[in-house]
Amino acid sequence: MADADGALSHDSHASAPMTCDIVLAGVGGQGVLSVSAVIASAALAHGLQVKQSEVHGMAQRGGAVSANLRLSDRAIASELVPRGCASLLLAMEPLESLRYFPFLSPTGTVVAATTPVENIPDYPPLESVLDAIRTAPHAVLVDATRLAREAGSMRAVNMVMVGAASNLLPLGADALEHEITRRFERKGAAIVEQNLRAFRAGRTAGRP
Amino acid sequence: MSQHVLRGDEAVALGALDAGVTAAYAYPGTPSTGIVEALQARHAANGSAPGFWTANEKTAYEAALGVSFVGRRALVVMKHVGLNVAADPFMNSALVAPHGGLVLVVADDPGMHSSQNEQDSRVLADFARIVCLEPASQQEAYEMTREAFDVSERFRIPVMVRLVTRLAHTRSLVTTAPPRAANAIRKPDDTMGWTLLPANARRQWRALLERQPDLRAWAEASPWNHVDDGAPGATLAVVTTGIARNYFLENVGDLARRPLHLHIGAYPAPAELIAGIRSRVSRVLVLEDGYPFLERQLRGLGLRDHSVCGRETGDLPPDGELTPDLVRHALGLPVRPGVPTPDLHVPSRPPQLCGGCPHADSFQALRLALGEHADAVIASDIGCYSLAALPPYSAVDSCVCMGASIGMAKGAADAGHRPAVAIIGDSTFLHSGMTPLLDAAAANTSMTVVILDNQAVAMTGGQSTLVPSSRLEQIVLGLGVQPERLHVLDTHPTKHAANAAVLRDAIASDGLSVVIMVRECVETARRHLQERRHLPLVSEDVDG
Repeated sequence: MADADGALSHDSHASAPMTCDIVLAGVGGQGVLSVSAVIASAALAHGLQVKQSEVHGMAQRGGAVSANLRLSDRAIASELVPRGCASLLLAMEPLESLRYFPFLSPTGTVVAATTPVENIPDYPPLESVLDAIRTAPHAVLVDATRLAREAGSMRAVNMVMVGAASNLLPLGADALEHEITRRFERKGAAIVEQNLRAFRAGRTAGRP
Repeated sequence: MSQHVLRGDEAVALGALDAGVTAAYAYPGTPSTGIVEALQARHAANGSAPGFWTANEKTAYEAALGVSFVGRRALVVMKHVGLNVAADPFMNSALVAPHGGLVLVVADDPGMHSSQNEQDSRVLADFARIVCLEPASQQEAYEMTREAFDVSERFRIPVMVRLVTRLAHTRSLVTTAPPRAANAIRKPDDTMGWTLLPANARRQWRALLERQPDLRAWAEASPWNHVDDGAPGATLAVVTTGIARNYFLENVGDLARRPLHLHIGAYPAPAELIAGIRSRVSRVLVLEDGYPFLERQLRGLGLRDHSVCGRETGDLPPDGELTPDLVRHALGLPVRPGVPTPDLHVPSRPPQLCGGCPHADSFQALRLALGEHADAVIASDIGCYSLAALPPYSAVDSCVCMGASIGMAKGAADAGHRPAVAIIGDSTFLHSGMTPLLDAAAANTSMTVVILDNQAVAMTGGQSTLVPSSRLEQIVLGLGVQPERLHVLDTHPTKHAANAAVLRDAIASDGLSVVIMVRECVETARRHLQERRHLPLVSEDVDG
């Protein structure tokens, strides 16, 4: 903030810990771990410390999957995000976001894709799920499926969600775009462009 | 020195390589699978020490023993329940005199993310009277694995490195040190130390017991065990083990007075260090991601001694994975407010068989075949197909341990129950199903064994089975199953009726029958197709 105390607040900012705790949620097979890996790699390249925790094994395709990602400018103790500490709850599926609300800080934001994965018999009506998400103090709903299609590939849904989350990360868009380019490079320039378009569309849609 | 972002599993693999390991052995098991996978990837890339999949954890352990016997360094890897399978060579390996460093890495699964129980392997290290190292970070996983080989050679004992799921599956930055060369081959001069005939075994057991004071002295002095004095006049001491330290450090800043803190990463438990902190405080809180192992040692038989707190005093839950929030509560700190859970019932979403899974078709055919036999005993086993216990299949009655399906079906049949059916995957059959099938064949028990042959170790990520599934038939026949009672079926939606007829006939007939239902796992089939087309995989990371 540029005000009269600019220099002072800059000093205190330098000594206060910068941490960004993220809980990621989705359904097995959606690519929760890929999204986590993109953000983690970009943060590492940006000079931040990272702890990235995943669940394997019985988290087979079709089951609830979550991951924890902690970024900080200093040593990170716990592998797990404590309750009430996540500044970002990033959900690839709307219903899955609701399981982790207690982990979200009251000042944090839930960013959720709106397309449901209805592979259980008692999936609630979608509108009631979206309304429930909107009860969070800060909620961003993203039609990631449509944005990915518009970007040229349904497979780019994950990068739409990285884009939607990017506004809330302690990283510049350039750091994330660099990582996306690096990851998709071997698949050719067209795939890189699709994913960058998806990222940018998500970034625009996710602006709070 | 170089830096890498590694999961705990990968840090162990790199630690073993840099310690000069000659070979590693394992059977896949979450959360330990990534260790040998990491070794195999590096072996393929640069010819470093190989990691072998074995038939089961017992054969893995015995192969590692052989490497050690000729003076070279060996790594053997398993999940906690795998150590039950390997318990025989494990316990006896403490009595022989390992020659090349012998390191056992066991990955425990507190909270049972993907396991049948949450047993704590530290108990077994103590049972065998050996050293155990318990890392609290990926960096420590690397360093401790390296050091474990040195400790093994110094004291001539196997050394256990105990991981937990959370450590094995978390990535962070690891700094590695220059590698050490592998040991030269050197057969022991005196093999009597490896020959556990009773007279020798008594001598070796005594020698192991006589080494215990040395192990304890080593642990007392180990830098992995250290005391932080806390605030002056602290009345509380916190003892942490493994990653519980991280959850303590996450919360300690919020305490009004910093407690005395003893962290333990190396066992046998350092009794002097523990006695030293106990004499300075009125209360000790023990934080462990696992059993109240150390807590019980501290309390001894003083059941009403509430100066030692932990899982047995209700300060922490008696079961389940430790979390920073449970530790926060045990430290007496208030709950941090989160966002309230909305007033909407969120149904659970259990894992499911994949779309197109061959097991689903096999269960459809089985359901048709069983028809009126609503009371059939369907003993199942460890694998993706255990998910058939859940709706919509509700098709199996049990899932206990590797290979139990065949033995349990035999027992039910011996007790007089018909029909008795065992359901077992191809890899589980090769791991622990052959010996109970030998029992059933020898007795010609009236039961049916259904081998679901998906040509992969699917649940742990689609590793290749030890032998091609085409050899399953020869194995089954070799165990004594009558050729006319062995049926091999292509499991497919278009063949339900025909397959059900074969199953129905097999189940209705007296004596032992075996039905192998064949079709490749949909995930590995997809991967193999892409490999054949030289296409990149659609998703780089599989949530599985």
